[in-house]
Amino acid sequence: MSIGTTEIDQTGAAPMESSNNSPREPIVRVVDLTKSFGGLDVLKGVNLEVERGEVVCILGRSGSGKSTLLRCVNHLERPDSGAVVVDGFVMGYRAKGGKLHELRTGDAAKQRQTVGMVFQSFNLFPHMTVMENLIEAPRKVQGRGRDELVGEARALLKDVGLLEKENAYPGTLSGGQQQRVAIARALMMQPKVMLFDEPTSALDPELVGEVLEAMKRLAATGMTMMVVTHEVGFARNVADRVIFMADGVVVEDGPPSQVIDNPQAPETKTFLSTLL
Amino acid sequence: MSITSQAAARGTSSHERLAAQDQPPTDVVQLKHPLRIASAGLVIFTAVAGGYSVVTNENFQWDRVAFYAFNPQILAGLRSTLILTVAAVTMGLVLGIILATFRISQNRVLSGVAGLYLWFFRGTPLLIQLIFWFNFAALYPRLGISIPFGGPELVGASTNDVLTVWFVALLGLTLNEAAYMAEIIRGGLLAVPKQQTEAAQALGMSQLLLFRRVVLPQALRVIIPPTGNQVIGMLKYSSLVSIIALPDLLYSAQLIYSQNFETIPLLIVVSLWYLLCTSILTVIQRRVEKYYGRGTASAPTPKAAKAIRKEKARLSEVPA
Ligand SMILES: Nc1ncnc2c1ncn2[C@@H]1O[C@H](COP(=O)(O)OP(=O)(O)O)[C@@H](O)[C@H]1O
Ligand SMILES: [Mg+2]
Repeated sequence: MSIGTTEIDQTGAAPMESSNNSPREPIVRVVDLTKSFGGLDVLKGVNLEVERGEVVCILGRSGSGKSTLLRCVNHLERPDSGAVVVDGFVMGYRAKGGKLHELRTGDAAKQRQTVGMVFQSFNLFPHMTVMENLIEAPRKVQGRGRDELVGEARALLKDVGLLEKENAYPGTLSGGQQQRVAIARALMMQPKVMLFDEPTSALDPELVGEVLEAMKRLAATGMTMMVVTHEVGFARNVADRVIFMADGVVVEDGPPSQVIDNPQAPETKTFLSTLL
Repeated sequence: MSITSQAAARGTSSHERLAAQDQPPTDVVQLKHPLRIASAGLVIFTAVAGGYSVVTNENFQWDRVAFYAFNPQILAGLRSTLILTVAAVTMGLVLGIILATFRISQNRVLSGVAGLYLWFFRGTPLLIQLIFWFNFAALYPRLGISIPFGGPELVGASTNDVLTVWFVALLGLTLNEAAYMAEIIRGGLLAVPKQQTEAAQALGMSQLLLFRRVVLPQALRVIIPPTGNQVIGMLKYSSLVSIIALPDLLYSAQLIYSQNFETIPLLIVVSLWYLLCTSILTVIQRRVEKYYGRGTASAPTPKAAKAIRKEKARLSEVPA
């Protein structure tokens, strides 16, 4: 897998077409999802679908439940009710005999490989070099060979423009560089969906562009992406769809031309006006 | 206060004010530190005088020190002390890891039990614990497995047969060490940010794998410095076992000077051996600390730089 070239994705479908094609084939389905933290209802019944190759940006004010939604998608957070289905599998559960059986933590961990995640605070492993950060999980979790992985890692590092940093420790890199490494690290697991939780919010303004550029190029390869962001420009230019969340529910869902440029919901209008 | 005296108070009036067109002078006269030099001189003088007095004072009996330095009984005691230290620290570490995981466990019973353990073993003197275990036979004359609440015994032995001085010494030192190690390890584990665990989970790592490869190496950075102190401490505290007549370094010396009353030279021999061991341990501790500090120091140490170069060479053998 590489960011630089527009490849056909693993499913064999040309991704950019799939969003236009019917019948639609969602790779992520969020169904009636609720989640509360000690009496605080954070998600109050979220429904949404993401198709293969689709780039969905999620907007909403702080505290509206965007991070919690993403964390439910890869089951870092266990929903109170409802379900997340990724590529036909219910995250965190085994569907059997009309019931959901909770997975053991080991199996839930394996299941998570299909979903890559990039965090606001990068979260690279500080005691490992960039190369070690990239090859650790695919080597130990997927049991793939070191030599093969090093080659793949170099290709990805080249794509994000950091080939010369493979032996650097994360602490010596700028925030923008660290985040690009984090993207490459997530891609090493060959995920089917990539989640981004405010990937540029912790960056100095002059470093935001390089990360958005890497994400844009990833989107062009047909990767399915769910991106929580405050970068309205990115959402307008790169997203196929924009979702606006308020108070634990999806209040608006449509193409950027609609949600950003011609919002209907009052929450969306207020939010966008505060950004401009 | 007048304007001029304010200027004097700020210390500006005595300075030559440079006119706008003047270049600042380039010759710099370094500030002198007469007090520093004087105090250093005083300390050196005291040290030399003290050293001279120690070396020339016949009462130290340096010839007897040399005579006993490699006495077989002393060397056997040194061996016992080292074995005790290594064994107690190792077993204390293992038990400490278990206690630490209990302590941070969500299970209230486990964390409660670990808390009680720490409370007891950190709250009572090691010396008393040792004497207590030594006299355990007074409480339970027989040890064994039996049906609880007064049922018949299945296997068993006399307490005094089981609790040899070595067993008691190791038991006492280990149980005590584990309590301190548990707190050190717990602190280390809590010092690793939660986001590190989440990032590893998001990559599909299992709990065991992410603990071993992500959390533990980072926790060790925090755990190792105090653990080094624990090892050095244990080397010295193990001398408490002389109270239960285990022939460690100190007790071996005591055995000799109780016969011939050459107390001072023998205590000097013992102290020199302890000093040598703790010095070696300190050097080892520094090296280990550096190793686990990798990736965090602003610039890599020469050793780390070498390791990086080696790793680079190793990686570049793989065709890109
Ligand atoms: N682990 C948690 N424990 C308690 N409260 C939480 C937790 N995670 C999130 N919350 C709360 O849930 C609400 C929504 O959080 P979040 O999903 O992070 O919102 P957003 O990402 O949209 O800013 C916030 O009020 C936050 O304080
Ligand atoms: Mg958030």
